[in-house]
Amino acid sequence: MRQHERAAVRRAAIKPTASRRKRHGVAHAAGRVALALLALLVGLGIALAAALWWLNVRGERDADAAVSSAGDAPLVGTTVDAQQVARGAYLARAGNCQGCHTPRGAAPYSGGRGIATPFGTVYSPNLTPDLRSGIGAWTAADFRRALHNGRSRDGRLLYPAFPYDSYTRISTGDADALFAYLRSLPAVERANRPHALRFPYGTQAALAVWRALFFRPGRFEPDAAHPAQWNRGAYLVQGLGHCSACHAPRNALGAQREPLTLSGGLMPMQHWLAPALAGAPAAPVASLLQRGVAVDAALLGPMAEVVLHSTQHLAAADLQAMALYLESLPLPAPARADSADAAPAPAQWQRGEKIYAERCARCHGDDGRGRQRAYVPLAGNRALLRDPPANPVQVVLGGAFAASTALNPQPFGMPPFANELSDEDVAAVLSYARNAWGNRAGAVRALDVQRWRGSVRP
Amino acid sequence: MTQRLLACTGCHGKDGRSGPDGYYPRIAGKPAGYLFRQLRAFRDGQRPYAPMSQLLAPLDDAYLRQIASHFAALQLPYATPPPSRADAATLARGQALTQHGDAARDIPACAACHGTALIGAGADVPGLLGLPLDYLNAQLGAWRTGARRAQAPDCMARIAQRLQPQDVNALAHWLAAQPVPTAAAPGTAAMPPGPPPLKCGSMSAPR
Repeated sequence: MRQHERAAVRRAAIKPTASRRKRHGVAHAAGRVALALLALLVGLGIALAAALWWLNVRGERDADAAVSSAGDAPLVGTTVDAQQVARGAYLARAGNCQGCHTPRGAAPYSGGRGIATPFGTVYSPNLTPDLRSGIGAWTAADFRRALHNGRSRDGRLLYPAFPYDSYTRISTGDADALFAYLRSLPAVERANRPHALRFPYGTQAALAVWRALFFRPGRFEPDAAHPAQWNRGAYLVQGLGHCSACHAPRNALGAQREPLTLSGGLMPMQHWLAPALAGAPAAPVASLLQRGVAVDAALLGPMAEVVLHSTQHLAAADLQAMALYLESLPLPAPARADSADAAPAPAQWQRGEKIYAERCARCHGDDGRGRQRAYVPLAGNRALLRDPPANPVQVVLGGAFAASTALNPQPFGMPPFANELSDEDVAAVLSYARNAWGNRAGAVRALDVQRWRGSVRP
Repeated sequence: MTQRLLACTGCHGKDGRSGPDGYYPRIAGKPAGYLFRQLRAFRDGQRPYAPMSQLLAPLDDAYLRQIASHFAALQLPYATPPPSRADAATLARGQALTQHGDAARDIPACAACHGTALIGAGADVPGLLGLPLDYLNAQLGAWRTGARRAQAPDCMARIAQRLQPQDVNALAHWLAAQPVPTAAAPGTAAMPPGPPPLKCGSMSAPR
């Protein structure tokens, strides 16, 4: 290569040509715009995260208390107030805490029970005072923050399968009594099992968005327009009792819609209907919660377990207060009639009538009147006539016992028919029973029976 | 109690007596302690079977004990079992294992705990006769794989783990083909003499 040619090559290598200079300038400008955009995005991200964080911690009434006072030191090795522990034990029953925190057959409150949700399975944590795997290192303030604000000791956001949207109304005194009771339990070393939630539900970010949308800490504000008994009932129903966890409908993201109306809903995964609680006469409801059965009704399925572990143990005054409050709630609007409310077709009716005569009439009677305190009457039976008819389907498929309670220690049981009756048979016999003896309700479809067969109970 | 427990007899047969072709085991006349342990294990999930688990979920221990006692007290005659479809060698293998075990593999005889008449013994050891073939096969298989467990030390699991699939098949066929002795009073028979071959956590009063 000649010298001038080499020089030209060198120049070309060093000096950008005019077009290169132009491109370079554009690149510079584009880079600046990109940087600015990036900065904006980062800024927005930080602002969004800050907003989310604020939305998650706003109104935390125990935030200051979390700094802790002498009384909030871990209670290991210190004497505890026996009265407070006893009160906490009662409250733990009222809240049926063991329902989730004691797996079947395991040590009390040692956690690990799986709660199936539409988003995956959530595993309850160990609430025994074990230092490493339980809440042994927690202070009373940590515990209050979890109950009231749904945040763990380390600040982590908790899943709302733990019903802190209800527990946020628990009084400080009751929260501390519950904590004292849990601290009195034998410590069990059992490491918490990680939740098995689908993406993105398993992330703290998703949970933060959910909480920003659907959760605000609160407290129970008594209504001066009502007597103390009504307020006591409201406090128990809305707070510790967390009745709305099942008896309020949920939206697509699993948040309760209008929880205080207790307008009922189909429980996700379990396929039992938690009926509307409003307007039921108080005296029979209080008795039903205590005995588990009435002359003409029985609490079955998930509610029978609530009776066994929780409500039968409550003071009569508390049950009456809860029932009084529920009776005062405004009745929900009647469900809209749709095609499912059609009367059974003649062929389905005849099939159902035959099955009823062969399998059901022996106990429930040809006249559907059953036998008092043994076999519930089906004529006028509210549980049979409710829509959607998930509960009668579950009872026919799986059978059911009422809870054994102090007042009804040997409940009667209904046999399961899952192996003997097809989906069509179950639909037919229920359609018949829902329209015989003066009953009037929509026909049950075989498709619904099929859908509800696969119930997942925790 | 019969009127209260129709939920049980719907599957386990009238008065807790299983039909000869059904899967569900008889529960009548089994020892009360054994029945109570099974009821509790179903309710509490140690014996995983969702239909039983859900049915028993709202019942307390006191009622489970009464249910167990009710069925334990029923003394019923049993139908003659259907003739076995297994070949003679299989039945011989089943009979030999049941009555003598296999010392080389450290497998004790079934009769050493379940009684020489195999109708169970004491309050905790169930009888092995009058049970459907499918049920016997499923349970022995479940003990082998660990799907069925008992309180530690889990003697039945240890024994079942020493069994080959052919052993399970032979035992199930032979046991299912034996008639229940008419004079048997299941659940009231005394424990066989001598110490049990293994320690069993599910026996309330080990000697």
